[in-house]
Amino acid sequence: MSEVLVLVDHVDGAVRKPTYELLAIAKKLGTPAAVFIGGADKAEGAAADLAKFGAEKVYAVDDAEVKGYLVAPKAEVLQQIAEASGSEGPAAILIVSSAEGKEIAGRLAIKLGSGLITDAVDVAEDGSTTQSVFAGNYTVKAKVTTGTPIITVKPNSAAPEEGAGAGTVEQFAVTISDAAKAARIVASNPRQASGRPELAEAAIVVSGGRGTGGDFSAVEGLADALGAAVGASRAAVDSGWQPHSLQIGQTGKTVSPQLYVANGISGAIQHRAGMQTSKTIVAVNKDEEAPIFELVDFGVVGDLHSVLPAATAEIEKRKS
Amino acid sequence: MQEGAFPATTMNIVVCVKYVPDATADPRFESDNTVDRVGVDGLLSELDEYAVEQALQLKEGTEEEVTVTALTVGPEKAVDAVRKALQMGADQGVHVQDDAIAGSDAIATSLVLAKAVEKVGNVDVVLCGMASTDGAMSVVPAMLAERLGLPQVTLGSRIERKENQLAVQRDGDTATEVVIGSMPLVASVTDQSGEARYPSFKGIMAAKKKPLETYSLGDLGVDAGEVGLSVAWSAVEETTERPPRTAGEIVKDEDGSGATALVGFLASKKFI
Ligand SMILES: Cc1cc2nc3c(=O)[nH]c(=O)nc-3n(C[C@H](O)[C@H](O)[C@H](O)COP(=O)(O)OP(=O)(O)OC[C@H]3O[C@@H](n4cnc5c(N)ncnc54)[C@H](O)[C@@H]3O)c2cc1C
Ligand SMILES: Nc1ncnc2c1ncn2[C@@H]1O[C@H](COP(=O)(O)O)[C@@H](O)[C@H]1O
Repeated sequence: MSEVLVLVDHVDGAVRKPTYELLAIAKKLGTPAAVFIGGADKAEGAAADLAKFGAEKVYAVDDAEVKGYLVAPKAEVLQQIAEASGSEGPAAILIVSSAEGKEIAGRLAIKLGSGLITDAVDVAEDGSTTQSVFAGNYTVKAKVTTGTPIITVKPNSAAPEEGAGAGTVEQFAVTISDAAKAARIVASNPRQASGRPELAEAAIVVSGGRGTGGDFSAVEGLADALGAAVGASRAAVDSGWQPHSLQIGQTGKTVSPQLYVANGISGAIQHRAGMQTSKTIVAVNKDEEAPIFELVDFGVVGDLHSVLPAATAEIEKRKS
Repeated sequence: MQEGAFPATTMNIVVCVKYVPDATADPRFESDNTVDRVGVDGLLSELDEYAVEQALQLKEGTEEEVTVTALTVGPEKAVDAVRKALQMGADQGVHVQDDAIAGSDAIATSLVLAKAVEKVGNVDVVLCGMASTDGAMSVVPAMLAERLGLPQVTLGSRIERKENQLAVQRDGDTATEVVIGSMPLVASVTDQSGEARYPSFKGIMAAKKKPLETYSLGDLGVDAGEVGLSVAWSAVEETTERPPRTAGEIVKDEDGSGATALVGFLASKKFI
């Protein structure tokens, strides 16, 4: 079986969950082969974790010449591995649908002369993909028809599968062109952890909008009682109440949790684009005409500043 | 100051603007599974307005002579996207229109855009939006950089010029980075980069007299067989409209009844 290359998404060697999801998909398409671009001292540890989730092979690429530059060198790494991978080439190349992942995929598609599909939420055995488009109003099935399918997959699209792979580490030496080093990263500030679950991965998301009036304590209180991540509408982000990293919607994150609780959010199409595929949707809004109520499984017409603290207290009481 | 002591340098910015179906007008697909770009009202992609704004700010932030060219690839009506950019303050427009382009994927679109950028010539900055509001792939700027062999400083929430370099702040998933490249380069900006201006009355009147070129594939030296639906490297096999969500239960909060009902619902679904 041909290899399916999975570009590992990690922070300093710590593999992030979406990569394990990709390995589960890769198993359906061929032999999962992870591509780890990182510090040489981190490769063995990462490979052990990747093997646990089914990686048969781990290409270890020392990032000395890659880190410090934007996107282009990683596309060259994948190109070189793909071209070295047997006469047929890999069966597919899977990349997490992050901003960076999509840009790597874009450049790689041109380099390899391969078709590209972004933001897949499912990939079938035959490589055909499912995407959710137009703010979640349509489902699209598509397939790459030319070259090695390059597919970027949204986080949470598959369940990671534990099941040991060989995890054989192969050191892969790459040559990065000068052109690929033309965009330099001159500063990097890691994002501070909030202590709450990561937004894109959380099973429950509690979000707040302009209706919070800038006071997110009621939203955060409910989130913590439910063990949820906190999200925000663009209005709340533009007002400076929450960082952009918590924005949900077309120009923020897409979430698809088991439960989404929208508070003081009207439900504009651009916000829906980021949460419409949530399994269960709940809203608290004082305007009964708010479009968000068209989406909900359960809605409360009321003031979030009284409904949420009362609900939070009730949940705490039930838990104890 | 002696004339010519500081020869006027010129800077060329091409801003890529896409004409997209209005997101609030229920975009849909045609029977061949391509996006309906005719039957649904269209407009300049709102996310590309941010790119136009930053192009104009780069122009306004220097004494140099700067030409901002708005470029679109799309059907006849797509010229509206260019017109809007001209009204906002771009200096000239280029519309690439050719029936053979219909149904192109991002790969072919980036090819046509790259050839058009080369046709404009001597370009220092190709500025794009963060994503088209219809396809939302966020790949065309990276593809353009790849095709043109230029550095990419993309997805900037802030953009700043330092002599012949552009620096952007990039708010990633796990970190905020500052990325620098030397011109010529490809840049893209997010909707965090600063509100886009509205066209003024003066701008709208002035736009009518601005140069606007229409090119066919032949003008760009692109073979019709390289673009369009039939040669796309990926194919849409099926599009399905999402069934409307079944109406949920909505209660009015009266003296705390809303919270009780809410907790009851969450418990019934085993979230507590
Ligand atoms: C190109 C583009 C991209 C965009 N991308 C995004 C995106 O990614 N994410 C996003 O969210 N938006 C996005 N938007 C903006 C979007 O169109 C809306 O403007 C935004 O979602 C509105 O946020 P909101 O619902 O918090 O505010 P509003 O629309 O002002 O709604 C506030 C709601 O709070 C309710 N309310 C007020 N007080 C209370 C109270 N005390 N208790 C309960 N309810 C109360 C009101 O009834 C109202 O329904 C985008 C727009 C454009 C043009
Ligand atoms: N047909 C087009 N005409 C002009 N610019 C485009 C076109 N398609 C994409 N772009 C540019 O590329 C950016 C990203 O598009 P996309 O990769 O399709 O999400 C857009 O914001 C535009 O700046």
